[in-house]
Amino acid sequence: MSLTEDTTSTEYEAEQGIDAQSGLVPDQAGRRWPGTGLKSLELDTRLFGMIVGLLVIWIGFHFLSGGTFLTPRNLWNLTVQTSVVAIMATGMVLIIVSRNIDLSVGSMLGFVGMAMALLQAEILPKLIGFDQWYTWIIVLVAGMLMGAILGLLQGVVVAYAAVPSFIVTLGGLLIWRGLAWVLASGRTIAPMDSTFQLLGGGARGSVGGTLSWVIGVVACAGIVFLLFNGRRRRVKFSFRVRPMWADIALGVLGCSVVLVSVWFLNRYFMPEGLARQYAERNGITWPDGGLDIPFGIANPVLIAIATALVVSFIATRRRFGRYIFAIGGNPEAAALGGIKTKRTVAMTFMLMGLLVGLAAAVQIARLNSATSGLGTLSELYVIAAAVIGGTSLAGGIGTIFGAVLGALVMQSLQSGMVLVGIETALQDVVVGVVLVVAVAADVVYRRRQTS
Amino acid sequence: MTSPNGATPLVEMQDIRVSFGGVHAVDGVTIQLYPGEVHALVGGNGAGKSTLIKTLSGAQRVDSGTILIDGKPVHIESPIDAKKNGVETIYQTLALADNIDAIGNMFLGRELVTGLGNLDDSAMEDATRKIMRRLNPKFENFKAAVASLSGGQRQSVAIARAVHFNARILIMDEPTAALGPAETDQVRQLIRQLKSEGLGIILISHDIHDVFDLADRISVMLQGELVGTVNKGEVTIDEVLAMIIVGKLPGELTSSELADLHG
Repeated sequence: MSLTEDTTSTEYEAEQGIDAQSGLVPDQAGRRWPGTGLKSLELDTRLFGMIVGLLVIWIGFHFLSGGTFLTPRNLWNLTVQTSVVAIMATGMVLIIVSRNIDLSVGSMLGFVGMAMALLQAEILPKLIGFDQWYTWIIVLVAGMLMGAILGLLQGVVVAYAAVPSFIVTLGGLLIWRGLAWVLASGRTIAPMDSTFQLLGGGARGSVGGTLSWVIGVVACAGIVFLLFNGRRRRVKFSFRVRPMWADIALGVLGCSVVLVSVWFLNRYFMPEGLARQYAERNGITWPDGGLDIPFGIANPVLIAIATALVVSFIATRRRFGRYIFAIGGNPEAAALGGIKTKRTVAMTFMLMGLLVGLAAAVQIARLNSATSGLGTLSELYVIAAAVIGGTSLAGGIGTIFGAVLGALVMQSLQSGMVLVGIETALQDVVVGVVLVVAVAADVVYRRRQTS
Repeated sequence: MTSPNGATPLVEMQDIRVSFGGVHAVDGVTIQLYPGEVHALVGGNGAGKSTLIKTLSGAQRVDSGTILIDGKPVHIESPIDAKKNGVETIYQTLALADNIDAIGNMFLGRELVTGLGNLDDSAMEDATRKIMRRLNPKFENFKAAVASLSGGQRQSVAIARAVHFNARILIMDEPTAALGPAETDQVRQLIRQLKSEGLGIILISHDIHDVFDLADRISVMLQGELVGTVNKGEVTIDEVLAMIIVGKLPGELTSSELADLHG
């Protein structure tokens, strides 16, 4: 107890010291950075904590499962399994930040997924024939459009009719699920269009080893460019910049994470049967020792990463995103500032619907079928991912990458428990406990930050 | 009321009426604001001061009445309309988004964007730093959520926002209510500075000392009606208090009413 008090008071004094100092010399040097060491990296401590938590989970399961968790095969599967929830969690962050909630995403995924399945398996073949190269485009666009319309519908009721989003989307949860059943009278629709299936991953739906490396290198170039550009802009306005070593350290760290991930995932090789087919298709003679042909990064994973980048960009670099955060922080202030708050909220629900459409496409492509139970309970995983990722249910606070990490944490727990052989009922208990503990830790963390 | 210097009023609100379900919150009020003037608006709770100024700041529509700016009638139906006419408001509740930093709040609803429509954070930070150097040189926490700032710092963000967008008419609703003595002094200083730069300022305050310290003219409201507008130099604090409580101009008070006030 006394230890805690000591720490707090020291921190407090340190803070005061910095304030007084900078108060006396306001921005004089223009370049000096208060504090040294790790602080210069400007790391988001909560995000950092989550990454550490994730590593603890991974290493823990690795030992508990007798060395089967941290294998290329398992992590590759983990990334694919995380994609659907991650795609939807990026939109859920914005919904929750705007002080709303969307309970309907699981049912909407079922409804839209079923509609997309019917479109490609029963409607389009009559009109344009089976397996056209462009079938998947029509289906994907139609599905995302349908999701956007359903989302907008809910958003309009929430924003303009002022019905609480909890109720509107609870209604949506029942309505969309019911309509998913009505659409196909409870049948299972399969198979999906052969090109469309590539959205779901698998051997053909992955980009292969070489392209994975190319993507990794491009990502590294992107990281370096962003750091460089950020630095250049700050220098131009003569703001303080991070010390050069900190920028370099961040660049090296970022690129290492990307390249190590690519390297590790690329070590998941096709089983012999698939590899032989691949060799035949590409005219490679089958050597005696066999061939190590990597799957490469799976398409759904690339879709999820691209989604996270785009939504994060919208959240932090566009007016629309800024307005969502302003509404979540103080709706009255946002309105007085001239922000069209109702329109913004309705649009946020529309974006959520669009992302549900995308997630539905990935899900039915991966399963190669659609049932009326598709997506059941996934609203809870999506909300949990956002909340574990640091999104505050009080609104105004949340990050997209936090939510993606949250989705990865949830999926890691589930995969890990399967590997360790924990029974299903207990798995739910663990996920529930982790959700509550993670949020409790976050509440405590935030309280300490503000006091 | 004649003009102090013969100029056209910056703002003239004529016969403004607002009612909420039969209650006359503002009942036929007419006031003028001149450039370089601090015009205090005082009255008890529910006197209608806030509602009146909300019609000028765009947060409340009028039922009837005309608002003239520079002698020309204007229609103010939203906060954006008000801002287009050079009216900036500093609300009692500050109207800041607590989760966003000072820079974001400065430009809330009027963000600077690059050619591609992306937020131009550097340009906004630059502008914020420049304006703060002038208004509050000690201000340093540009990137912290304003929830973590002191009342005075938050108030300087709100004022900086008004000043940056070249407000000609500044409405301040209880600008010092939430502040400590040092911060109150700072805000008073700022009000004098803005006045000397030719802004017209409407000041709502419960603090009669604030009012006598800063205002040129004082308008008193009671139950939605304007009791009267007086020049500060021609009245005493007691006389203004009498207007607020009894609703009578200095000459109209009977000696027994005056005695009651002191009782």
